[in-house]
Amino acid sequence: MKPALVVRDLSRVFDVSAPLLNRLIERKPRMLLRAVDGISFEVPQGGCLSLVGESGCGKSTVARLVTGLYRPTDGQIEFSLGDSGDRIHAHMIFQDPYASLNPRWRVRDIIAEPIRELGLRDGESATRARVDELLGIVGLSQRDAEKFPHEFSGGQRQRISIARALAGEPKFLVCDEPTSALDVSVQAQILNLMRSLQDEFGLTYLFISHDLSVVRHMSDRIAVMYLGRIVEEADTESLFDNPLHPYTRLLLQTIPDIEAPRPDVPPATGEVPSPLKPPPGCTFHPRCPEADDRCKREVPEVRDVGHGRRVACHRVAEMLKRNGMSALSA
Amino acid sequence: MPDTLTDSPMSTAASTAEPVLRVRNLSVSFPGRRGVLKALDDISFDLAPGEILGMVGESGAGKSMTGLAVQRLLEPPGHISGGEVHLLGQRIDQLPEAQMERLRGKQIGAVFQDPLTSLNPLFTVGHQISETIRVHLGGSRRAAMDQARELLRRVGIPSPDDRVNHYPHQFSGGMRQRVVIALALAAQPRLIIADEPTTALDVSIQAQIMSLLRRLCDETGVAMLLVTHDMGVIAQTADRIAVMYAGRLIELAPVHEVLRQPRHPYTRGLIGAIPALRKRAPRLTQIDGSMPRLDSIPQGCAFNPRCPEAGPRCRAHRPELSATPAGKVACWLNDGGVA
Repeated sequence: MKPALVVRDLSRVFDVSAPLLNRLIERKPRMLLRAVDGISFEVPQGGCLSLVGESGCGKSTVARLVTGLYRPTDGQIEFSLGDSGDRIHAHMIFQDPYASLNPRWRVRDIIAEPIRELGLRDGESATRARVDELLGIVGLSQRDAEKFPHEFSGGQRQRISIARALAGEPKFLVCDEPTSALDVSVQAQILNLMRSLQDEFGLTYLFISHDLSVVRHMSDRIAVMYLGRIVEEADTESLFDNPLHPYTRLLLQTIPDIEAPRPDVPPATGEVPSPLKPPPGCTFHPRCPEADDRCKREVPEVRDVGHGRRVACHRVAEMLKRNGMSALSA
Repeated sequence: MPDTLTDSPMSTAASTAEPVLRVRNLSVSFPGRRGVLKALDDISFDLAPGEILGMVGESGAGKSMTGLAVQRLLEPPGHISGGEVHLLGQRIDQLPEAQMERLRGKQIGAVFQDPLTSLNPLFTVGHQISETIRVHLGGSRRAAMDQARELLRRVGIPSPDDRVNHYPHQFSGGMRQRVVIALALAAQPRLIIADEPTTALDVSIQAQIMSLLRRLCDETGVAMLLVTHDMGVIAQTADRIAVMYAGRLIELAPVHEVLRQPRHPYTRGLIGAIPALRKRAPRLTQIDGSMPRLDSIPQGCAFNPRCPEAGPRCRAHRPELSATPAGKVACWLNDGGVA
C-alpha cells in the first residue's frame, strides 16, 4: 500500500532579519533561520509516525507545513489517494486547548464549522445529528453542545478539538503536542481515546511531541529531530532498544524513568545551540561524546543503515559495531 | 552526609533531628461572594535537613498553594485560616509581615517555574546575587561579588568570572534557571521551595537541573519542597512523595515505597497513567472524570466519584491520614479497612 504521506527534502526558512532601515543604518546582516532543513519521511496508511525533539528543533514547523499553515521554502509534501479515490487530507489537533477554541462560539458551532465549510452534510438537522454523534465518539454528552469552551476543563476541551478535527472526516490527523498542556491522568484519557479512534476509523497520525514516553505509547515509527534535521528514524521498538545516534541516546538517558530511577547517572552536559547560528558540520558535534574532526567539518547525510533504520551520523558504522550489529541482524 | 559539608563555604547545616519545616493542620481559605473556598484543607508534614519532599498532584490540587502558604505569599483574599507553620522551631504563620520579609531569602529560598520572571532584566546577575547576599548577610561589595562568582561556579555555570557581569537575557533557559538557583542559595537558606523548577526546560536540561538540586541538598543540608506535576522528576530526585488531591494531602511516603506499592487508589491511577518506557501497553490506566472544583468538593473522600473501589463509607465520611508500614495514607481501605 502506498504511504499516506510522502515528504521529500522539505525546508522552511524564516527571515528574522531586523527591518530594512535598521539593516541599512546599523549595518546588520540578513538573518535567516532554517527551521526545517531538508527533511524526508513517509507515513504509512493507518500508521503513526512521531517527530520528537527538544524545543526549537523544528517539529512544530513540520506539523504546520504538512497541514498547509506554512508554505514550504523548498521540497514536496504529497498525500496519496485514499480508498475512495479522493486525495487524503489532513486535519490538525493543536497543543493548547485554551487557545485553539473560539471562546465566543458554542461547542456545537465549533464542531459544525468543518462540516458546514466542507459541505459534508445536507441541511441543519443532519449537521446537528452529526455533531451529536461526534460528541458521543469523543466521550462528551449531547448537552455539552450548547455550552461555551470556558465551561470545560483542559481535557474536555482537547476532546472538543478532537471532535472538530474528526468532523472534517479526515483520514490523516496531525497532532502537535496534543497532551502536553494536560495533567497526567487526563493525558492518559486522551491518549487512550486517540488510540481507539485510530483503530475505529483507520486514521493515520503524524504525532509531534517532546515526551518520549508518550511517543513510545503512540507510535509505530519515530523520527528524532535536532536543529531542523532528522538525525535518526526507526521503528519504535528498535529505537528504544538500540538507539544509534548519540543524540537519541542522550534523549533516552535523560528521561526520568519511574520504574528504575537513576539518580546517580551524571546527566549529559551542554545545550541546544541557537538555530540562528548552528555549529558547522554535524550540528550535534559540540555536545557529542563521539565527535571527531570530520564531524566538525562535514554535515552527515541521512543514510539507510538497513532494516528500515536511517541515521545521520559519520560514525554510525562504529555505533553499529559497538551495539554488536544487533540492529542489522534484528 | 558527604564530607564536603565541613569544607563547603555554604554549609549551614547542623545535623539536628529537628525538622527544618514543620507544617501542622494548615488550611488556606479564599472568601468569595458565594462562600468560602478551602484551597488547602488540614495539611501536615515535616521536612528534615537535606531532605527533598516531592509534592505531586494535578493542577488545582493545592501543591503550589502549599509552597506559597509556607512563604506567606498568598494572593489576598487568600489567607491561612488554620494550622501552624514552624521554620527551625520558630512559628512563622503569625509573624508580622516585616519580620516575614526578612525570613524570605534569608531562611527560605524560592525557585519558580519561569526563570525569566524571577530575574530583574535591568541588572547583571552578579549584581542581583551580591545584593541579596549583602541585604541578608552584610559584608563588603567586593566580598559579596566574590561569593556570587563562587555560587555561579557551584551551580555549574561555565566561566563564572565573566558571567557575573552578564544580564539575564544573555543566558539560555537552563543557565537562567541555574542563576535563579544560585540566587535562592545566596543567603544560605535552610529551606528551598522549588515550584515546577524544570517545567519550562527541555528534558536534557531538566536532568541537569534536577541532579544539581539533588547535589546541593546533599552537600549543604538545605531542605527542599519540590512542587511538580511530573512523577518522573520526583522519582529521580525526591526522598519522599506527598500526593495532593483537591486541597488535601492523601498520601505521604518514601519515594521507592510509593512507586513500588502506592496505597491510595488515586496514586495508583496517577502512576498507571504514565506511559511506560520499557514496554508498550495497549491501553493506559486512566482515571475517569476530572478533579472536582473547589466549590463542589463531594462529601466524604474527595476522590470517591472517580475511585474504582469506592464504597458507602467513602461517600459519607472523609478518611483521615492513617499510618501505613512506611508512611501515611488517607483511605478507608488502608490496613484491611472496608470502604
